[in-house]
Amino acid sequence: MSLNPIAQSHDLGFLSFAQAETLSPHEATTRNPVIQVAGIRKSYGKNVAVDEVSFEVTDGEIFGLIGPNGAGKTTTMECVEGIRTPDRGSISVLGLDPFRDVYELQERIGVQLQQAQLQKRVKVWEAMHLWASLYRKKTAMGDELLEQLGLAEKRDAWFMTLSGGQKQRLFIAMALINEPEVVFLDELTTGLDPQARRAIWELVRGIRERGKTVFLTTHLMEEAERLCDRVAIIERGKVIDIDTPQRLIDRHCPERSVTLATDDPLAQEHLARIPRANGVERHESRFTIRGTGDGFVTDVIQCLSENRIKVTAFRTDLPNLEDVFLKLTGHSIRD
Amino acid sequence: MLRGLWNLTWLEIKIFLREPLGAIGTIVIPVLAFVFLGRATASASGRVPSTSPLNSLLSSGGVPTLVSILITISAVLSLVTIISIYREGGILKRLRATPLRPWTILTAHVLVKLSLTALTMIAMVLAGKRYFAVGPDVPLFSFTIAVLISTLSILSIGFIIASIVPTARFAQPIGAIIFYPMIALSGLFFPIAQFPPALRAVANVLPLSHAASLMQGIWIGEPWSAHVGDVGALAIAFVVCVAISSRVFRWE
Repeated sequence: MSLNPIAQSHDLGFLSFAQAETLSPHEATTRNPVIQVAGIRKSYGKNVAVDEVSFEVTDGEIFGLIGPNGAGKTTTMECVEGIRTPDRGSISVLGLDPFRDVYELQERIGVQLQQAQLQKRVKVWEAMHLWASLYRKKTAMGDELLEQLGLAEKRDAWFMTLSGGQKQRLFIAMALINEPEVVFLDELTTGLDPQARRAIWELVRGIRERGKTVFLTTHLMEEAERLCDRVAIIERGKVIDIDTPQRLIDRHCPERSVTLATDDPLAQEHLARIPRANGVERHESRFTIRGTGDGFVTDVIQCLSENRIKVTAFRTDLPNLEDVFLKLTGHSIRD
Repeated sequence: MLRGLWNLTWLEIKIFLREPLGAIGTIVIPVLAFVFLGRATASASGRVPSTSPLNSLLSSGGVPTLVSILITISAVLSLVTIISIYREGGILKRLRATPLRPWTILTAHVLVKLSLTALTMIAMVLAGKRYFAVGPDVPLFSFTIAVLISTLSILSIGFIIASIVPTARFAQPIGAIIFYPMIALSGLFFPIAQFPPALRAVANVLPLSHAASLMQGIWIGEPWSAHVGDVGALAIAFVVCVAISSRVFRWE
């Protein structure tokens, strides 16, 4: 399984973390950091859940902590929320210490927890009403939020009668009730069907549109890629790299591939001469050409048209975060 | 920090009443049992004769005290169960990620239990008036205060259990193991003075013995000044238990 021997060493993480800092200056310089996490460590008995994790989340971005289950995402997030206390390291959220100023912090953030529940027989509007009453800031937007989240007709329903997606949307509504400056979403689409998932993604983008900062965790790479402005990849309690999804892909998996089908006998010869191609594989009439750089796909198309090669199928495969994860950790996120 | 307390209390009362079994068990059944007992022993006049042993037990204060303690303990056990269900289900954790303090949550549940206990007792007094000749000399108001003081003290023991029991399945039996021996030693069944010295010492530190002595004494018309020691012991138990539970309270 050792495709990339270097990635087995976790020390690489620090090198590329430092590199990421120098490569992505524009958010850091033009926006204020809302969350600053420096060298936190948390262990349960002998098991180190979070080890020397550091990152910053800046104002108005959607920041994702991504990694497989058990990588330390939730523990990290709960330390930032003030629900857990790290053994070491420092955290600042909105200039507050989540441990010392936990109640002040809770006033200004909104939290959606993984696997949270409410009382079975609490009605949707009652939960919203109670939550609204817990915060200093008085907002009368409970019904408005239910409307926006498509829960208006479930207003009088008991919590236990809601579907998974409806519960999740209610938790998002509750996380937004106090007009928080930072919203924390922990694995918010786990267990939802693809349609509900897409609807939730729209909602999260909507939260950012309101000018709020979103800090989320997910083990779904597609979710991270589509939703997050920046992601931190975490594995076995350590942050391996942090950047925008696109830059992570460009940095770690610059290679893309074109697969095409043709009966042209000279195809292989022509394709092999493409300047940015790293190799051509042939399987009967199917060719897979690998190359790097933005111009590579254009090169392939140019080659086909110049040599009048007739193709019956054509597919471009771009690397994604899933590939980055595989490259960096040596295993798939689902393992 | 009263913010959210009334809302949470009122919401919990509504939720409790929506659970049909809980409401029937805590309010309807004790009242019905009481009325049934009255009917079964009532004479032709429709009243329980004042010579009946039932009435003499009543006038000695032993029965009302025992009934009050039993109702209180069932309330405490249900408090312990609810908190552990909330902990197990992640509801406590969700509440934690708000500006709510843990004691606000406990206070809300205590208020729920107190109001339900009061409701049950009022219903019993009203229903029992037809059958039992409670003498006009029984100081009902003072007795209510005595019940309240005792209840708070017993509830505070419940706090400790509620703060640490890991799952709802253990909550009820652990509570029962702690409370039922305390009832046996409370002096309601056998006078504490007749216990062997070692047992007597144990009984004297248990808050339930003081609760029983206080309630029984007030019922038969003894002045509060005779029970300063009991009230003091109950207050100390309350403070100590609250202090311990706020240290050991677990959200998950």
